Amino acid sequence: MEIEIKNGRVIDPANAIDDNQSLFISDGKIVAFGRAPAGFTANDTIDAKGQIICPGLVDLRAHLREPGAEHKGTIASETRAAARGGITTLCCPPDTNPIIDTPAVVELIQRHAKSAGFARVVPLGALTQKLEGNAITEMHALKKAGCVGVSNAMRPIGSTLILRRAMEYAATHDLTVFIHAEDTALSDNGCVHEGAVGSRLGLPGIPIAAETVAVAATLALVEETGARVHFSMVSSKRALQKISRAKFEGQPVTCDVSAHHLHLTEIDLLGFNSQCHVRPPLRTQRDMEGLRKGIADGVVAAICSDHQPHEADAKLAPFGATESGISALETLLPLALRVVDDGILTISQMINSLTHQPAAILGVEAGTLSIGQRADICIFDPERYWTLDGYSMLSRGHNTPFLNWEMKGEVTRTLLGGKTVYECE
Amino acid sequence: MKKKNRLQLDDNGKLKHFLTIEGLNRQMLIDILDTAESFTSVTEQNIKKVPLLRGKTIVNLFFEASTRTRTTFELAAKRLSADVLNINIQASATAKGETLLDMLRNFEAMHCDMFVVRHADSGAAHFIAQHAAPHISVINAGDGQHAHPTQAMLDMFTIRREKGEFHRLNVAIVGDIRHSRVARSQIHALSMLGVEDIRIIAPKTLIPTEPDTFGVHVYHDLREGLRDVDVVIMLRLQKERMSGGSLPSEHEYFQLYGLTEEKLALAKPDVIVMHPGPVNRGVEIDSAVADGPRSVILQQVSHGIAVRMAVMSMAMQSHLRDAPGGQR
Repeated sequence: MEIEIKNGRVIDPANAIDDNQSLFISDGKIVAFGRAPAGFTANDTIDAKGQIICPGLVDLRAHLREPGAEHKGTIASETRAAARGGITTLCCPPDTNPIIDTPAVVELIQRHAKSAGFARVVPLGALTQKLEGNAITEMHALKKAGCVGVSNAMRPIGSTLILRRAMEYAATHDLTVFIHAEDTALSDNGCVHEGAVGSRLGLPGIPIAAETVAVAATLALVEETGARVHFSMVSSKRALQKISRAKFEGQPVTCDVSAHHLHLTEIDLLGFNSQCHVRPPLRTQRDMEGLRKGIADGVVAAICSDHQPHEADAKLAPFGATESGISALETLLPLALRVVDDGILTISQMINSLTHQPAAILGVEAGTLSIGQRADICIFDPERYWTLDGYSMLSRGHNTPFLNWEMKGEVTRTLLGGKTVYECE
Repeated sequence: MKKKNRLQLDDNGKLKHFLTIEGLNRQMLIDILDTAESFTSVTEQNIKKVPLLRGKTIVNLFFEASTRTRTTFELAAKRLSADVLNINIQASATAKGETLLDMLRNFEAMHCDMFVVRHADSGAAHFIAQHAAPHISVINAGDGQHAHPTQAMLDMFTIRREKGEFHRLNVAIVGDIRHSRVARSQIHALSMLGVEDIRIIAPKTLIPTEPDTFGVHVYHDLREGLRDVDVVIMLRLQKERMSGGSLPSEHEYFQLYGLTEEKLALAKPDVIVMHPGPVNRGVEIDSAVADGPRSVILQQVSHGIAVRMAVMSMAMQSHLRDAPGGQR
């Protein structure tokens, strides 16, 4: 099968390409730019006039709900939604049921992802057994089975001693430790940012210190152990400052932010909007601006979706009793594009934070359009307006505060290994 | 803020649900106080009933224990000639697996007209108002740490009766403001009615986050904060503040923040002392003050009935207006 994608603007930040040119695919791989290689006869030609062709997006954090919570989503339903979002590689956290702390669960997830065929799924293994925070997992076995890193998901780690040992052991096996930075003693069953809005609504708060204390403790252990650490979904400007300083000192740390933290703040909770119940919580305007600037400065390497689909009932209760999370795969790209429209990022920076940089954090071969690379490709129309509505969403979860928002920029086609897995009418 | 406005008010801008003081305006609060004033004569006459809500069914949905609030709501409803159902749920129904929404649908199916809701979760009354059928009014009788608007209005009623006007008053609220729905509603009502000097007095562990956004002055020293105040509102101290590390002991709290006659002498000579109840004698207030000449604590309870009658009848009026043929 030989495919030519023509007339589009090819943006591949990893190779510093931003040019109107054709792209040629043969046997599921990228074989040439510009001129067709000798002997190439296209079986299929895709006209991408007025569109951007970039590497398939790489999402550092997406809950697929399988195994264990198939009423919220399945690997098939959620990877299909990912394809609509232009995402071709997803990293799923280990807090499934059963937990990803044995190779068997890793194999199950990969088998289901492969048979669905919409996107590649790379799991994180559990950092501690059953995610209970007490004993470390068989990281070597998890890595061999296909885990690209280890994490304790959103669960607390018993003590800083356990964290230290886990980091040392992960470093032994050259595994990145993914940290959700939250000191659960300080967050004390809070459900919103501890600030003016939470105070007004009488909702228990999670202070910024819950994040900064955990970041500081982890950074001290990075200095001690030399382990490679990635902070998932940083939510506050102050935590980002600490990470920035550590990076400046040359520590092996990276971080990402979620797309919703770039657009929503605590103000959006007014009226007890449970669709804005997320963890880490939406913080202040100042924090939101800090996170946006962090991407532009290069402190924040990636934008993730933090996709968490839910059944409708999960959000139908008084705010504090609802489950946290947003169904976010289908809005990742347009929300990132909006930051470009706001003049904070160039389109190339934005694509970099959705492709090459997250792929590098995962250590997977993806996120570029290099010759010889698998043809995982996202084609989108950056000028097309569309409205997010529940009927057209492919994710099983319709829980999103962006429902009825007008989005600019729509994925028109997604290719996985040269095969079209999504095409927009 | 806009959203709340829409939720609480009908298309004519009249009260439909009573969920929080926020989003209302000065005139509406005054209307509530005036209406309550007109009902006080009812509660003082021999036959304590008016037929305003005859044929209406009001459900007191109490998910949290309460004596005072539930009883005064019940009395208020009965004096308006409504039928009253008291449901004390206290987490047992959720233990059976029934969701709040299911329970709501069941009461709707029984053709109830109004829910009076108390719940431990902030935002519970909003949630119920959002999901209740359009002919149902929801009155918030206290949700988590968010709001307790009828308590605030009966306090405003008491202050107006004692002091006449609001705008020149200095009002101090003392105690666990951080965790208090009563304090939040009082602060909004006081500032909406024109009180310029609202003080909150407590150690830092009991002051809410970003108190400036409430437009209050913060004091950590009771003596300093009581100087020249016209009204002192004492809040009930929950025992769990001690185990939770917010306070060291009842003893030290009483020493620093307990209201005694000696400390009260720093306030204006005609100061009034209020407390939403139930009172912890010897913890936040000395018995001599609670039972003393400056205390209006029992008046507050009586006023609670008139104020709740006012709020219930006003909210129900909105539905009578909206419904085709006036009745439903």
